[in-house]
Amino acid sequence: MPEAAIQVLDAIKKFGGRTVLDQIRLDVFKGETLVILGGSGSGKSTLLRLMIGNVKLDGGDIVSLGKSITKMNDAELAAYRKNIGVLFQSGALFNSMSVADNVALPLREHTDLPEETIDIMVKIKLELVGLREHAEKMPAELSGGMKKRAGLARAIALDPQILFYDEPSAGLDPVTSAEIDQLIIDLNQKLGVTSVVVTHEMDSAFRIAHRMVLLDRGKFIVSGTPDEMKNSQDPLVRQFVYGLTEGPLTARRRGGAYVDDLLGGPD
Amino acid sequence: MTPALNPLRPIRAVIEFLGGLTYLLLDTARTLPAALFSKRGRRLGWQNLWFQMDRVGVQSVPIVCLVLFCIGAILALQMAPILRDYGKIDSVADVISVAIFRELGPLVSAIVLTGFAGASIAAEMGTMVVSEEIEALEAHAINPIRFLVVPRVVATTIMMTCIAIIGDAAGIFGGLSVSQVFLGIGHQQYVTHTFDILKLKDFVTGLVKAAVFGSLIAGQACYLGLGVTGGAQGVGKATTRTVVYTIVALITVDLLFTSAFYFLGF
Repeated sequence: MPEAAIQVLDAIKKFGGRTVLDQIRLDVFKGETLVILGGSGSGKSTLLRLMIGNVKLDGGDIVSLGKSITKMNDAELAAYRKNIGVLFQSGALFNSMSVADNVALPLREHTDLPEETIDIMVKIKLELVGLREHAEKMPAELSGGMKKRAGLARAIALDPQILFYDEPSAGLDPVTSAEIDQLIIDLNQKLGVTSVVVTHEMDSAFRIAHRMVLLDRGKFIVSGTPDEMKNSQDPLVRQFVYGLTEGPLTARRRGGAYVDDLLGGPD
Repeated sequence: MTPALNPLRPIRAVIEFLGGLTYLLLDTARTLPAALFSKRGRRLGWQNLWFQMDRVGVQSVPIVCLVLFCIGAILALQMAPILRDYGKIDSVADVISVAIFRELGPLVSAIVLTGFAGASIAAEMGTMVVSEEIEALEAHAINPIRFLVVPRVVATTIMMTCIAIIGDAAGIFGGLSVSQVFLGIGHQQYVTHTFDILKLKDFVTGLVKAAVFGSLIAGQACYLGLGVTGGAQGVGKATTRTVVYTIVALITVDLLFTSAFYFLGF
């Protein structure tokens, strides 16, 4: 059995009184690209934030790179974060810095490398994502796809062991989305990094995934390879994977007390 | 009891706000040495600090000078009739210099800086929260307090002190101009009165206040900016709150300082 890079052990997360993640168990194996699928509000982005240590668990544990995130002190968490890279949904570039400075920031902060070496490393990272000639541009001058690529270059600046992607294709046209997907595949193959991708874009998910899990209302419904997901007979999985208008997800939404809501019934 | 009617709710909110702000300022003080003097921190810390000092301080000098020049002039015109009745028209300089150096210079400069820099810092930090930049900093193991808050608080504290000195000079010049043109007080006489009446403690108390005001402006702006929720609307709310809360805080702290200086004989 392959070695797990991340183990999510009965993770519970609540916001207010609402349970967003309910005793989730998940293994992410070294070198694989795992896609976490789920509709809006299913808890998938929260799960990603738990894995990077930006949100605290209410129960259970997450063991990443051999250490429990919940037991890490500030220094250990910082050390852990130097071994991971995160691509945020918007790219999350620092708007006051050029693309090159964005990529250089983790290197300047966490290494003693001289500026000349940092410049070379920045060029290498930008070349990997096809942005070397845009190094001096400010984030405001970039398109949505370019921002994500620049964010990716920054995420891989410290050669992380695990890369997390939050909705990497959201808001992009199909061609740019396919380019980003290819980048994710290339980085996984060339650098051998473990990738965790949170998305609800099915085309993108099937292109990049070695394995997929579907999250619904804070619980995992199914886990499998892309082929297993495509051939699943579970009505909820089929509706999500094929984007069907009829199925358990839409029935649940319609099942709300609409008449009560209109007529002021029981509440 | 519904939350809206609970009388303890506003008190709790004030305590939470003050607690959060104090914690942020203590954290800022704790991370200050690493931000400015550690081997790696030095690379970005000083660069960030110069940038913030220019943005917060240098660019607000003209507006502070204009406002304090006008205040000096207004004070001269307001005091002149009263002092003339007592045959003490040449004491206009005394009144203006003490008022400006001890009180109005630091306070008015701080209020201008609240609108100029405080609002801008809160909006900038709020936008960084909304665009996931703060989360990205944390994900890259970069402490947002050290990277963002320290340079802004230090820059505002230093520049507030410098601006108060420049503002004091502008206020005195405003009073001098009006006194010379409209009240018939010669500039030599005005300057002599100013230097005679002013003592070192007037200057120092003004500067101590200015430094505290600077920390307060940037601290509140960063605290409210980093606490933004709810997108663009949240950024707008944080900006407005920064200006309102900071002006209230400045005047309250000023009262505390003035009372302390009064009772301690400064």
